[in-house]
Amino acid sequence: MQIGLYIHVPFCLNKCRYCDFVSYNYNPDDARVYLEALEREMMYYSAYLANLGFKVNTVFIGGGTPTVLETGLLAKLLISARSYFCWSEETEVTMEANPGTINKHKLRTIRELGVNRLSIGIQACQEKLLQTLGRVHDYQLALEGIYAAREAGFKNLNVDLIFGIPGQSLNQWRESLYKIENLQPEHLACYSLQLEEGTPLWVAVESGELDPVSEEMELEMYNEVINFLTARGYQHYEISNFAKPGFRCRHNLGYWHNYYYLGLGPAAHSHMNMERWYNIKDIKKYAVQTMKGSLPVAERHTLTKRDVMVETILMGLRLTSGLDLAGFYKRFGQKVTDVWPREINKLINRGLLELTSTNLKLTEKGLRLGNQAFVEFV
Amino acid sequence: MSISQDRIRNFCIIAHIDHGKSTLADRLLELTGTLTEREMQEQVLDTMELEKERGITIKMQAVRLIYKDKEGQEYMLNIIDTPGHVDFAYEVSRSLAACEGALLVVDASQGIEAQTLANVYMALEHDLEIIPVINKIDLPSAEPDRVKQEIEDVIGLDTSDAVLASAKTGQGVEEILEQIVKKIPPPGGNTNDSLRALIFDSHYDSYKGVIPYLRVIDGTIKKGMKIRMMATGAEFEVTEVGVFCPAPVITDELKAGEVGFIAASIKNIKDCRVGDTVTDADRPADKPLPGYKKVTPMVFCGLYPVDNADYDDLRDALDKLSLNDASLVYEPETSDALGFGFRCGFLGLLHMEIIQERLEREYNLNIITTAPSVVYHAYTTDGEMVKVENPSKMPEPSKIDHIEEPFVQATIMVPKDYVGSVMELCQERRGTFKNMEYMSITRVMLTYDLPLSEIVFDFFDQLKSSTRGYASLDYEMKGYQPSDLVKMDILVNGEPMDALSCITHRDKAYYRGRALVKKMRQLIPRHHFEIPIQAAIGNKIIARETVKALRKDVLAKCYGGDVTRKRKLLEKQKEGKKRMKQVGNVEVPQEAFMAVLSVDNDE
Repeated sequence: MQIGLYIHVPFCLNKCRYCDFVSYNYNPDDARVYLEALEREMMYYSAYLANLGFKVNTVFIGGGTPTVLETGLLAKLLISARSYFCWSEETEVTMEANPGTINKHKLRTIRELGVNRLSIGIQACQEKLLQTLGRVHDYQLALEGIYAAREAGFKNLNVDLIFGIPGQSLNQWRESLYKIENLQPEHLACYSLQLEEGTPLWVAVESGELDPVSEEMELEMYNEVINFLTARGYQHYEISNFAKPGFRCRHNLGYWHNYYYLGLGPAAHSHMNMERWYNIKDIKKYAVQTMKGSLPVAERHTLTKRDVMVETILMGLRLTSGLDLAGFYKRFGQKVTDVWPREINKLINRGLLELTSTNLKLTEKGLRLGNQAFVEFV
Repeated sequence: MSISQDRIRNFCIIAHIDHGKSTLADRLLELTGTLTEREMQEQVLDTMELEKERGITIKMQAVRLIYKDKEGQEYMLNIIDTPGHVDFAYEVSRSLAACEGALLVVDASQGIEAQTLANVYMALEHDLEIIPVINKIDLPSAEPDRVKQEIEDVIGLDTSDAVLASAKTGQGVEEILEQIVKKIPPPGGNTNDSLRALIFDSHYDSYKGVIPYLRVIDGTIKKGMKIRMMATGAEFEVTEVGVFCPAPVITDELKAGEVGFIAASIKNIKDCRVGDTVTDADRPADKPLPGYKKVTPMVFCGLYPVDNADYDDLRDALDKLSLNDASLVYEPETSDALGFGFRCGFLGLLHMEIIQERLEREYNLNIITTAPSVVYHAYTTDGEMVKVENPSKMPEPSKIDHIEEPFVQATIMVPKDYVGSVMELCQERRGTFKNMEYMSITRVMLTYDLPLSEIVFDFFDQLKSSTRGYASLDYEMKGYQPSDLVKMDILVNGEPMDALSCITHRDKAYYRGRALVKKMRQLIPRHHFEIPIQAAIGNKIIARETVKALRKDVLAKCYGGDVTRKRKLLEKQKEGKKRMKQVGNVEVPQEAFMAVLSVDNDE
C-alpha cells in the first residue's frame, strides 16, 4: 500500500496574522532539539511502516516555514527522511517555502537532496495587503524567490494566493492573478481567506478595525480566479487548486481521496488502518516524549466504517471530478447512492450535486456552496 | 405507626410566587424531624428539575410529617403542596379538595397578591380553616401591621392570631405547627364505611405503572385489596400502599383522613383519572365523591415532531404527561407545512412552555410548537357557529358574518405609582376599564375587561416589567364578545404556511404583519436561493421581506489535519439544523413558529 508522508516544521520567522497552525518563532536551539526528536520519530515509524508493508510515495514538508531552517539543518532533515523512508526519484517531494527565507544556495541544496516540488507562499502582490496579512516579505522579495527557485532547477512550482483579504479590491485580485500567471507556475492554490477564531486578523475584523470583504465580492473573486486560470491552460481540479496538465499535487490528492498518510512532527495528523491520530502540539513536550522512547501521540481515534465513508465523501466532493463511484463501491462494498439516497436526491434537486455514470460531484453552484452539501453527509 | 383519625391534619399552603412557600415547607420538614438538616436539599418539595430552575412549583406533592406538640401528643400532618402561578389555578382547586385547612402565607413587605386572593376565596368556598402567616418578617422592609390590616380589609379574615414568621430563620415555625394542630379540624369520614378515596394526582412509574395519589375520605385501603375506579369501572389489585415522607415509604394501609399513594399494576393511563373515586370492588360505595370540574384549556397550539417518525413517541409522551396533568388536552391534527402532530390545549402560556420543555428533556423529543391561539367563535353567513382553535381553520372571509373572541375580567393589584403604566398596557391590549379600588393607601386594585388573546401570551411578563415586578394578576372568563378580527397568513417562498397563520385585530394587522415578516427574515437562515416572506390578509399582501440568497459558503482549505476539525464544524452546523423543520424547500427554525409572540415587544 502506498501512503503519503507529511513532515511538520513548526517554525516561522514571524507568525502571519491569519494563521492558526502550530508554529513558533524560529530559534536555532529549538530547531536542533526538534530535529533530533523528529529523527527519532522517523526511526520508529520507518520500522512501523515496513512491518505493515506500507510504502511512501509522496512527501510533503510543510509548516510553519520549513525553509526557515538553515541549509545545514534542512539537509540533515532531508537526508534522514530519505534514508528512513527510502523514496526514489519518482516520489513527489514538496517543500513549502516563504520569500525571505530562501536563497539560491539553500534552494539548490534541497533540490539536490530530492525535493522536486516547491510551494511558495506569496498570497498577494500588493504591499498593503501583505501587511494586513502580516507577511514578513514584500512583493519584490516574493518575485526574487520564484526566480531563485527556477534557477535552482525547480520544474514544479506552486504559488499560494489568498483572496477576500480585508481591504482587497477586485482589481487588486486581478492584478495578482495577472502578475503570478506571467511567472508560469505549474500549480496555483487560491484560497479564500478564512478568518480563524482567535487569530490577530480575526480580532481586527471582530473589533471593527478592518472591514471584512462581502460575500458577494468573495464570490466575484472566486469566479474571477476560475475564469482567469482555466482560460490560460490551468485545470481547476479542486475547490481551491489549479494545475497545468500533469502537475496536480499528488500528495494532496491523497488527502482528497481519503488515502492513508503518516504525519511526523508536532501537531501532525495521521490516518491509517481505521485510525486517526495527531501528535502533541507543544514542541518541548513533543521532544521530551519522543526522546523518552514513546510515540508523541496526543490523541487517537478509532474510525468506524461509517466515519471513513463520511470522510471519503466530504473529501472526494472537493475535487471537481467528484467522488469516483466505482472506487467507493470497491472500498466499502456499498454504493454511495445506497448509503445516502435521500441526501443525494435532495442535493441533486437543489442543484448542488450532479450524478454522472462514473462520478458524484458538486455542480458549478455546488462548488460555491460546498458546505451546504457537505453538512448533509455528516 | 398508629395515629387516630382525630390527630390527623391535612392542609395546603397558599402563597404567591416568592412569598416563601417552599422555604416554609422545608422548615416544617426540618422542624418535625421528617428530614434532618443534613438531608435537606434546598426546597425539597419542588422535585421537578424544571421547578427548581424556574423557582416555581408546578406539580403538587403530598408529604406526611409527624409532629409532637407541646403537650407531647403526636399528630400526623399531611402537607399538600400547591402551585402558585396564575396558569395553575386548577391544580390549586384539586389540592384544596384534599384538605381541611390552609396556611395563607403573605410576604410581610409585599402584601396580598391577586393570585393569592383568588386562591383564598377558593379555599373559603371549600370551607377550609385558614391560618394567616406573615412571612419574611426578618427583612428590614417588613411591615407586618400593614399587611395584617390588608388581609382584614381585603379578605375579611381575623388576623389577631396571625403568625409572624420567617421561614428563612425559622422564627415562628413552631407556632405555625401549634396552630395547625389547634385550629385545623381533623378529617371526617368513617374508617369502617365502604372505601372512598379521591385521586388528586398521579405519576407514572415505568416498573409499577400508574401511581395514584389518594386522599382517603371513607374506609381503609390496604395491600391485596381489590379496588375499582368508579368513573372508568376498571378494577385492580393493590400491590403497594405508601406515604411520602417525603421519600416514598411503604405502609400497611391508608385509613379515612389519610393521604398517600398506592400501586396496583395500572398499566393503562386512561384507567386512572385524576378526580376519580377509588372504591372497594367487593364492597363498593353507593356514590362517588364529587370530582373535579373539567378544566377548560385557554390556549391552544400545535405540537409537531421535527422528524415525522417521532409521531408515535410524541403521542406516548403526551399520554404520560396528561396522566398527572388533567388540564393538558390534545387531539391529532395535520398541517400542510408540518405534517402530523397534535393540537394541544393549555391553561396558559407558562403551562405550554413547561409541557414543551418536559417533552424535550424528559422524553428527548425534538418538537416544533406553533404560536398559541385562543378559541374563536366564527359565525358564518348561514348562521352557523364554528369553533376555531387553530387559526388556519378559520372559514373564508367571505363566508364569515362576524367573529367573537373570549374575554376575561382581569384583576390587577398594583402600588399606586404604577397605575398609569398598567392602564396604558391594558389600553394597548384592547382592554376596557371597569373599576378601581383602593386596598390601602398605597395599593390599588384595577379591574379590566380584556380579550383573552391579548393576555395569555406575554401580558403577565409585560405587566411585571412595567411595574418592576410589583403588580399581580388574576383573571376569570367572562364569555364571548364580537371583535373586528382578521386572519393573517404568512407566505414563505410564495407558499402559505398554515402553521404561521394568526388571528389579529384589524387595527393591529398591518403593524403586526410588518413586524412579523421582519422577525421571520431574521430567523430563517439564508438558503442558496432567495426567500420572500409575505404577510397577507385574504389575497392582499400587507408586508414583505426577503431572505437574501446564500452565494458562497465553502471551506477553502481542507487537508489531512483539518479533516477532523472541519468535520466537527459541519456536525455542529448539522446539530443546528435538527431544530429546523423542512417546509417545502425551506428550513424553518422553531423560533420562527413562535415569532408572532415576540413581535409586540420588539418595537
